[in-house]
Amino acid sequence: MLFSDLMEETFFSMKSNKSRASLTILGIVIGIGSVIAMISVGQGVSAGITSQIESLGTNLLVVSPGQQKSTSVVRGGMGSATTLTQEDSDAIVEQIVDITAVAPTVSSRKQVTAKGTNTNTSIYGIDTKYFSVKNTSVELGTEITEAQLKSKSKVAILGPTTRDDLFGEDVDPIGQKIRINSQEYTVIGVTVAKGGTGMGSSDDLIYIPLTTAQQYLTGNTKLSTINIQVTDADMMTYVEEEISALLLARHNIADAASADFSIMNQADMLDTMSSVSDTLTLLLGAIAGISLLVGGIGIMNMMLTTVTERTREIGLRKSLGASKSDISNQFLAESVVLTFIGGIIGIVLGWVAAWMITTLSSTTTVVTSWSIFLAVGISAFIGIVFGYYPAHRAAKLDPIEALRYQ
Amino acid sequence: MIKCEHITKTYITGDTETPVLKDINFNIDEGEFVAIIGPSGSGKSTLMNILGALDRPTSGKYFLNNKNVFDMSEAETAAIRSEEIGFVFQSFNLLPRATVLRNVMLPLIYNTHIPKSARRAKAEKALTAVGLDTDRWHHLSNQLSGGQMQRVAIARALINDPGIILADEPTGNLDSKTGAIVLDTFSKLNSVDGHTIILITHDAHVAEHAKRVIEIKDGAIVADRKNNLKI
Repeated sequence: MLFSDLMEETFFSMKSNKSRASLTILGIVIGIGSVIAMISVGQGVSAGITSQIESLGTNLLVVSPGQQKSTSVVRGGMGSATTLTQEDSDAIVEQIVDITAVAPTVSSRKQVTAKGTNTNTSIYGIDTKYFSVKNTSVELGTEITEAQLKSKSKVAILGPTTRDDLFGEDVDPIGQKIRINSQEYTVIGVTVAKGGTGMGSSDDLIYIPLTTAQQYLTGNTKLSTINIQVTDADMMTYVEEEISALLLARHNIADAASADFSIMNQADMLDTMSSVSDTLTLLLGAIAGISLLVGGIGIMNMMLTTVTERTREIGLRKSLGASKSDISNQFLAESVVLTFIGGIIGIVLGWVAAWMITTLSSTTTVVTSWSIFLAVGISAFIGIVFGYYPAHRAAKLDPIEALRYQ
Repeated sequence: MIKCEHITKTYITGDTETPVLKDINFNIDEGEFVAIIGPSGSGKSTLMNILGALDRPTSGKYFLNNKNVFDMSEAETAAIRSEEIGFVFQSFNLLPRATVLRNVMLPLIYNTHIPKSARRAKAEKALTAVGLDTDRWHHLSNQLSGGQMQRVAIARALINDPGIILADEPTGNLDSKTGAIVLDTFSKLNSVDGHTIILITHDAHVAEHAKRVIEIKDGAIVADRKNNLKI
């Protein structure tokens, strides 16, 4: 039997049963469409989380002061300890290879006032390397210079949200004065907006030179964090261990379990978050998969009905010289074509659904090529699996019985 | 062309064995027009199924063109049905919603030896041979009369140029007038075109059209005689 004949027979039989064929296709369309749409939501969430974490910087290790060994019953909050010093930061620069840059910071939450307005925000004391390590830059004005660091200048770079709070949206605040801890600072820049909300937002804060912060805000040379950019993603774990060993030695701690600092590995964080979003994708996909399964059962149901209805025709075809495989191929082709058509429409519909989800809600969606391949693969698989049994039943019909069938 | 040696067929239902054919022996040569006649339950339909390679005998040998059908695989018997046998059924068995031409060409999709381009010409030749008017060729099969339907079915049986045409009660669903036209068609195909025709019937009048009559009763041949045709 020629392939072209197989297709002609398939479309002829689908044409003679238009409404049933279209309803069966609809089942597959809904199944495939929801798989594509659901996975696109999962992928969108995943991509959002990844880009947010990556916006913090590339190949980043962040050392924070941790629990201090003390006899006190009251434990300090995370990061409240002051065990990291400028010397620790300098030691990392000197002794650890495979790092691109080290950016120590001091942070503190303060009330900030400008002309007639005020806000409570985080003040970050940073050095010149901070912006490159954190993958950020100024949208307006200039970054902090070596000279400003040396002279402990009272200059400030505002996050876009802080700028909005203090001066109003889209106002150029360069040259304006703000007051932090009743000291006057000159605004020299505004950083680019990075999105994100909450404590980790890099939009709602003020950057001032590290030395200025140590002098006027904290009054000591302790550090809040040390951000380290590693040269290569594969070196992350190794460098993390090196820094840990170095700091343990510097702080005279023998047991790593009682370290007075902690190191956040960006890669680990990414892994954790993406495993969460992968689970979400899987869950959404599985729910959608159920409708695909129901669609597949619809195919099988229709094909079984068709085989019963066309028993005499099968007997006739066998008497005209159709072999078992000719008969089973014909019915298999029918179910595969049904699922294939359903699959194509489903992909388009899923895409439209994903687009509508993005447009109508704030959820981003990403239709990836693998989710399309998956959907096409699943629909072909369904066509074959759910078409096989009816086709097999048709093929093994006894031609004499089939011809006698009323 | 056809050689049946000691063919038996026994249906087994549970513990009871029902012998349908008992030791059938006969030969049919090329160009013969044979009627196999017998009352219902005589086993003639079972015999036709065996002759048409749709069924296998329980024992005995059936040679079709010197090939033992008993030893063939399912694919081989399918090929035999495709290329060497043309079936004509009592109830026509045409595809409804399909045109006459499509119905006639249907067997060709299972015969890969004939190129697709040659199909149309073969169908037209077969339809001409059964004398169906050209203006009917594009009609849907369910728009035809019974006699026309049966002639389409005969054209379908002819399309592969089979050695044998097996007709099972071809006039059973037709009135005597259209039945006569169909039987004339068979006679013409036999005498003019030289097709071997085996006609299964219970009707002695129908059997009169054949050159040879094999009479079967209770699964055994009771008579095998030549007809003196009054042509």
